[in-house]
Amino acid sequence: MTAVRTPTLAAAKLVFQRDMTLAWRRWDEVAQPLIFYVVVTTMFPLATTPDLSALREIGGGVVWVAALLASLLALEALFRADVEDGTTEQWVLSGQPLGYLLLAKVAAHWVLTGLPLVIMSPIVGTGLGLPTSAWGVLMASLLLGTGTLSILGGIGAALTVGVRRGSVLLSLLVLPLAMPLLIFGSRAVSMQMDGDSPAGPLQLLAAIFFMALSLGPIAMSAAIRISVEN
Amino acid sequence: MSWTWFHKLASPPHAYRILGSLAPWFGWASLALILLATWWGLVKAPADYQQGDGFRILYVHAPSAWMSMFTYVVMAVAAGVGLVWRIKLAHAAAAACAPIGASFTFLALATGSIWGKPMWGTWWVWDARLTSELLLLFLYLGYMALRASFDDPQRADRASAVLALVGVINVPIIHYSVNWWSTLHQPASVTKFDKPSIDLAMLIPLFLMIIGFQLYFGWAVSRRLRGEILRRERNANWLKEAA
Repeated sequence: MTAVRTPTLAAAKLVFQRDMTLAWRRWDEVAQPLIFYVVVTTMFPLATTPDLSALREIGGGVVWVAALLASLLALEALFRADVEDGTTEQWVLSGQPLGYLLLAKVAAHWVLTGLPLVIMSPIVGTGLGLPTSAWGVLMASLLLGTGTLSILGGIGAALTVGVRRGSVLLSLLVLPLAMPLLIFGSRAVSMQMDGDSPAGPLQLLAAIFFMALSLGPIAMSAAIRISVEN
Repeated sequence: MSWTWFHKLASPPHAYRILGSLAPWFGWASLALILLATWWGLVKAPADYQQGDGFRILYVHAPSAWMSMFTYVVMAVAAGVGLVWRIKLAHAAAAACAPIGASFTFLALATGSIWGKPMWGTWWVWDARLTSELLLLFLYLGYMALRASFDDPQRADRASAVLALVGVINVPIIHYSVNWWSTLHQPASVTKFDKPSIDLAMLIPLFLMIIGFQLYFGWAVSRRLRGEILRRERNANWLKEAA
């Protein structure tokens, strides 16, 4: 007897849609990282100087740091509920390539947390004195950067899913790995503002993104198997 | 040719015995080499024409920086072997490497900072090599924190192995990104450390010191791995017979 298996793409789509529906019903949780993002960027003018021309110097970096922290905040609960209620176990047993299902879940997570950060960034950037000419590069760099960060964070969340006090540990694991993103992302923004071409750092960000996209699911599925099997 | 001797290496009782007999060789050889290199480096080698005697901290700084990266690679390879072939001893070896690597990294950072004070006039410079070394320390600390947060040793082994492998892919990216960032951020004059040709009289003690550090690593890993085996096999029969 041959069992009929759902095509992988359809299964991944189901996972994606399920997460979107769940998020839609608890939209206040989705909004929290976004509020955090705005609050953190508000702190910098208060702590340093309200002078916009001085803030402009560090504006790109501040937006990037805030986006990094905000997307970390939302990552902790990424796999927890599914591992606790046995959903992930069913995925492992389903015969589907686990990496694709997890990638679909991470993609839903990115649409819910990464994308709003990207869309919000020009507004936040304006508050820090970033000129309109830098908006495009800021959004492009964050688009690539938050995508990579969601995958890296997915690996971290999969590793720490069964751990006490996982959120602090997750930040400790993911932040050092995310440093290159921070460097390239904020460099791209400041190069654009200095009148240089930001193509170099943006291409490097894209390269890192595609590497994370190809290798990330392997690491994520290995980590989830470890968390589920015992 | 029979490979049984090789397969035996993965069995805890054999490894425990072999490591026990290897450790003193590593230990004494490293002590002798480090003492020789210390004397050579501090007394015999000439002072630097630019930095005077201050450069002599190089003999601790460079070997520990080298060892900090070497240890990470050894740890990741051991973790990968443990993950693929499910060899418990390889996981134990990775666990034994981490604190040693973190100590080497800390030593490299501390000596670099002490060196920086007279040379650059400040304890800390956001220099590329210093920064990537600092990030390496964070990677070690994250690895150790993840390992410590599991109650079940087998899960701790495998989870931290995945992290070590992700980390080892990232180390070159971090290194080059930091290099690039630093060259854009500060003028090259600050890090004027171009030694086009380091004098042979200075180089020989450096090589001796690096070999000495490597042997020290062998000694420390042997000792730690024996401890790790004892902890993991504390209920095993062979230990009761041996004791």
